[in-house]
Amino acid sequence: MPDADNVITIQALHKAFGGHQVLRGVSLEVPRATSLAVMGGSGTGKSVLLKHIVRLMDPDEGVIWVHGRRIDVLSLSELDALRLRIGFLFQGGALFDSMTVTENMDFMLRHHTSMTEEARLDRIMEALAWVNLQPAAGQFPAQLSGGQKKRIALARAIILEPDILLCDEPTTGLDPVSVRTVSELLVRLRAERDMTIVTITHDLLCAEITADAAVFLHEGRVLARGTIAQLKAHEHPELRLFFG
Amino acid sequence: MVFPQLHTFFEHAGRLATFAGKFFAQVWRRPFEGRELICQLDETGTKSLVLVLVTGCAIGIVLSMQSRGTLARFGAEAVLPSMLALSVIKEIGPVITSLVLAGRLGAGIAAELGSMRVTEQIDALEVAALQPFRYLVVTRVLACIVMFPLMTIACDIVALGGGYIEASLSSDLDYRLFADQAFSSLRLSDLLFSTSKTAVFGFIVGLTSCSLGYNVRGGTREVGQAAMQAVVVSSLLVLLADVLMVRIDLILFGS
Repeated sequence: MPDADNVITIQALHKAFGGHQVLRGVSLEVPRATSLAVMGGSGTGKSVLLKHIVRLMDPDEGVIWVHGRRIDVLSLSELDALRLRIGFLFQGGALFDSMTVTENMDFMLRHHTSMTEEARLDRIMEALAWVNLQPAAGQFPAQLSGGQKKRIALARAIILEPDILLCDEPTTGLDPVSVRTVSELLVRLRAERDMTIVTITHDLLCAEITADAAVFLHEGRVLARGTIAQLKAHEHPELRLFFG
Repeated sequence: MVFPQLHTFFEHAGRLATFAGKFFAQVWRRPFEGRELICQLDETGTKSLVLVLVTGCAIGIVLSMQSRGTLARFGAEAVLPSMLALSVIKEIGPVITSLVLAGRLGAGIAAELGSMRVTEQIDALEVAALQPFRYLVVTRVLACIVMFPLMTIACDIVALGGGYIEASLSSDLDYRLFADQAFSSLRLSDLLFSTSKTAVFGFIVGLTSCSLGYNVRGGTREVGQAAMQAVVVSSLLVLLADVLMVRIDLILFGS
């Protein structure tokens, strides 16, 4: 059984696609109300690891506990109930193109709450104000810039007030100002809402701003763990190469 | 692998059968996505109506023009209205409407769902506990099942109208006489069976297109391939299903 202080516990996770082994026994724990950065080069299995936490993928071997529950034995309805406690920020935002920004968020609220239309709209405006994008309410995703899409996707990810947030490359492709804006929003989330955050990133600035701790993945294994400063000072050649 | 193409064929057939099984398992489950179903009925029906009407009108006119000459050789011009009605309502209307809709909707559905898959929108629905299969697939397949027969009726009416206009311009035929001759040779079972078989065609087109789009893996190239395959596979399956349905029609209602 996992430690009760850990919101997420992953033990000896293995995953292969065809003959290609992506994860080779990854184990990690994420304590409540902390922010963990999962770092590493491209193709090291970071996004695959994140998708296992919400069971978008099933592991070949290994076990995952979220909020003390082993997710591979949950029924579909139990899994859905658990998923509602997890917000997921996808790499490209994954906003629904056919809906406006407001509809993207209202879609979640309509399906999962019994709020009135007025109350839902208030909640949406509050979330948009939080990411400082109220004027975008009536726009479609195609009309937004990359940074705006990420912020709207973040607002959508937290609209149901989850207690865990999983972020897949939240700052990839953004300019330095937008990187700082998105990263600071993640810091505020943890500070103001006691949220537990796992961020997949190879962006050092984002990791430095947001993370209390980090793990470094290499060839499907955890190569090092510690604070960002500790990882930067690590002697291993892969880490020295990564952090320059 | 001894027969790789055979293996691929059975792999695709198995995937489609599994997808169909999932559809029948999910279609009864609550909550029903009424709002999305209405959107899909609009997309499938209203937005395809002009295409279906133009096709129907052209079929009626061409069929009337070409048949008159042939019938005249046998001194049978008087049966033109009956022949038009039987051809359009029993076979040409349902099949052409279904093929036209397979082209328009098959590519559209596969491309839309394929794009949603590669941009992780379907994953986003899943992690938000929003049941993407029920929301995206069940609604689209149901819309096709409902709208194909309605579109076929519209096509049939316009095709007969086109046929009448062409016939009246060529031979000063009275519309009451045309209608009387056209419908006297039709049985109710002809109309009901031929129109309702398009619900099966709608199911085939909807399910095939959704399956190919929903299961896309890769990027934009694979989305394009899925859209093309959706049109080809669903058109072929419609034609094969039509052979089977005509056989059933003959067994149940005779010629």
